[in-house]
Amino acid sequence: MKNWSELKELRDSYRQNVAIRLEDGTESDFQYEKEILVCAGTGCISSKSGDVIQNLKDELEKHGLADKVRIVSTGCFGLCAQGPIAIVYPEGVFYHLVKPKDAKKIVEQHLIDGKPVEKLLYHDHKTKEVINKLLDTPFYHKQKRLALRNCGRIDPERIEEYIAFDGYQALAKVVNEYTPDDVLNDLKESGLKGRGGAGFPTFMKWSFAKESPSDQKYIICNADEGDPGAFMDRSVLEGDPHAVIEAMAIAGYTIGANQGYVYVRAEYPIAVKRLRIGIEQAKANGLLGKNILGSGFDFDLDLKLGAGAFVCGEETALLESIEGHRGEPRPRPPFPAVKGLFGKPTVVNNVETYANIPQIILKGPEWFTEMGTEKSKGTKVFALGGNIVNTGLVEVPMGTTLREIVEDIGGGIPDGKQFKAAQTGGPSGGCIPVEHYDVPIDYDNLTEIGSMMGSGGLIVMDEANCMVDIAKFFLEFTVEESCGKCVPCRIGTKRLLEILEKITMGKATMEDLDKMEELCLHIQENSLCGLGQTAPNPVLSTYHYFKEEYIAHVMERRCPAGVCKNLITYEIDEVACTGCTACARRCPVDAISGNVKEAHHIDQSLCIKCGQCLEACRFHAVNVG
Amino acid sequence: MSVKEKVFDFIETESQHQEFEECLNNLQGVQGGQMPALQEAQRIYGYLPVEVLERISKKLDVPLEKLYSTATFYSQFTFVPKGKYTISVCMGTACYVKGAGDILDSYATSLKIKPGETTPDRKFTLESVRCIGACGLAPVITVNEEVYGRLTKKKGDKVLVTYLNQE
Repeated sequence: MKNWSELKELRDSYRQNVAIRLEDGTESDFQYEKEILVCAGTGCISSKSGDVIQNLKDELEKHGLADKVRIVSTGCFGLCAQGPIAIVYPEGVFYHLVKPKDAKKIVEQHLIDGKPVEKLLYHDHKTKEVINKLLDTPFYHKQKRLALRNCGRIDPERIEEYIAFDGYQALAKVVNEYTPDDVLNDLKESGLKGRGGAGFPTFMKWSFAKESPSDQKYIICNADEGDPGAFMDRSVLEGDPHAVIEAMAIAGYTIGANQGYVYVRAEYPIAVKRLRIGIEQAKANGLLGKNILGSGFDFDLDLKLGAGAFVCGEETALLESIEGHRGEPRPRPPFPAVKGLFGKPTVVNNVETYANIPQIILKGPEWFTEMGTEKSKGTKVFALGGNIVNTGLVEVPMGTTLREIVEDIGGGIPDGKQFKAAQTGGPSGGCIPVEHYDVPIDYDNLTEIGSMMGSGGLIVMDEANCMVDIAKFFLEFTVEESCGKCVPCRIGTKRLLEILEKITMGKATMEDLDKMEELCLHIQENSLCGLGQTAPNPVLSTYHYFKEEYIAHVMERRCPAGVCKNLITYEIDEVACTGCTACARRCPVDAISGNVKEAHHIDQSLCIKCGQCLEACRFHAVNVG
Repeated sequence: MSVKEKVFDFIETESQHQEFEECLNNLQGVQGGQMPALQEAQRIYGYLPVEVLERISKKLDVPLEKLYSTATFYSQFTFVPKGKYTISVCMGTACYVKGAGDILDSYATSLKIKPGETTPDRKFTLESVRCIGACGLAPVITVNEEVYGRLTKKKGDKVLVTYLNQE
């Protein structure tokens, strides 16, 4: 492609490729009679969507439909709990929990006989009614998909489909019509803030880098997503890699950089593969490389793979890692925008931040600012996990409340349990208790209530979760991942973990709680990088909102949620027990005795508190105390 | 990553040698080239043999101790090769009291290695792991991704035999 008008022509011709998927697609444009879109994101692939795709192709072949029906592998649809997901176009019928053996039915019943396969249709879990279209599910109602717009809509391995949906038009517009300051202006007006967690205004980062004089500058995409329970960036890269590539080229044009790197976890093989394909296709089409679209602007992009260190998600540690060193953070200032990779001015942004940029350029900053709150514009992607019905990936306008996300989109807590708290921001964040269920979620509000936006992991906890145990879990993670460079983080987090262990073992005193709080403040204040500075957050916020739980562990030697093994006992209620022996048979240590049809008994000296008896009992006769 | 004392005889095939030489040639003069070099070495050889580290050091002009410092930082790199089959014996409490220790001992005796080590033919790596959360199936082992539960010493030996008989 040599110029913008060629790109526009291509877009118009590729539109036919995807016309069948559009609400207003003209039938005469359809290339195939039907299309079946199947999710090929990591979640669905683990539930064998690869086999589903293969079987569908085989069935089509068998029935001579291969040239009439196309199978499209897409990125994540979001509703991971119901995967693998498949959608048949043009009617848009959506199937969930599709197994490889269902391919035959879909082809024979749906495609040939024209009758949708009943058992694969989705039923609303509250009203029990059949919902035919994915977008009609309550899961999608309150969502607004910007960063995820192409996920589940296009084949990420075909640049044609990205171009068909206005792909690379923003880059073309920028290199043809915009000065670097115009780009900065659009970003400033849009109010876009970094989606990686800290929420620093994107235009400021870019303008610092632009103003730093240097012969060489770099653009970096931080795709080292490491928080436990977070998979937003992975999904964007798997579902729409070109959006990130395009935005990085725009960033290069703005600050005057000709080289970019995507630093991506090696543990994300599908994302790595699709990025590689994407970069190659962009180069082959003249959208990366020399003289992009005839503008005279050169930009090249390469991948750098992470090697399994959480701290490399911190931007200065990431730079060290690309340079080939241990991933230990550098003191800031100087900030990377002034002195970054190999000492040159560098812009480091997160995947989701980049994914927003092409659309802001195309549709204008006003369009973007229509969504969100006064201080936080646009949308945010969350990875919903934990004790919630619809685990998966959601994107909502800033300002949506936690209640809306958990109850309306997430479908609430399973098994009739009560919402207790949600954890945002992973090991750097904190928990949001039920009293803040209705706070509109944005950067400022979350900070104010002691949590943080973080990269977007959102773990829902119910009454059966112990908050001390959760804090301990995150601390274990930080201790493991601390790089060891600075003392407050290396030693401080270890000592903090030891106090938490004492509490969960029932060996702590009230004095320990005071020490714990003090230590938290020291670690926050004195650590070198974000990892250490935020490590105490899970402890402080759980202690703030669930102090009584901490005190119960210390004063009463009791874990109210029944989680901390040293503080609980399992006992069998002699009245409720029917003597069915299910528990005795499951007990791995033979601690349960009793005759058939008589009440059973647990020998506490043998019990290892694994909870198997509780799970085995169908008569609610096992009590946790 | 951990550093084990036992050093393996370094064996490489001609194709491994060629593939890695090509990588090194491509990385010569590239800023920050040692990371991809280590990653390629780990991929091609399955671990980082000191012979290969020396080669990287010479070719890319990076001191050996620098490479060592980088390699020990990231969990992706190992200095001992992993076997084709990694046998992980769960030593969580439930499995332990149900005789996981006996199974582990039996494997160690049969394979003539200690937990954490790899057999000289690089077919097996033996590991003891923390609770894998399958207490209902105790005692449990995994061989690569495959899970085997409700084992006894005898059944455990049978599992090993099936893998011993495989390539």
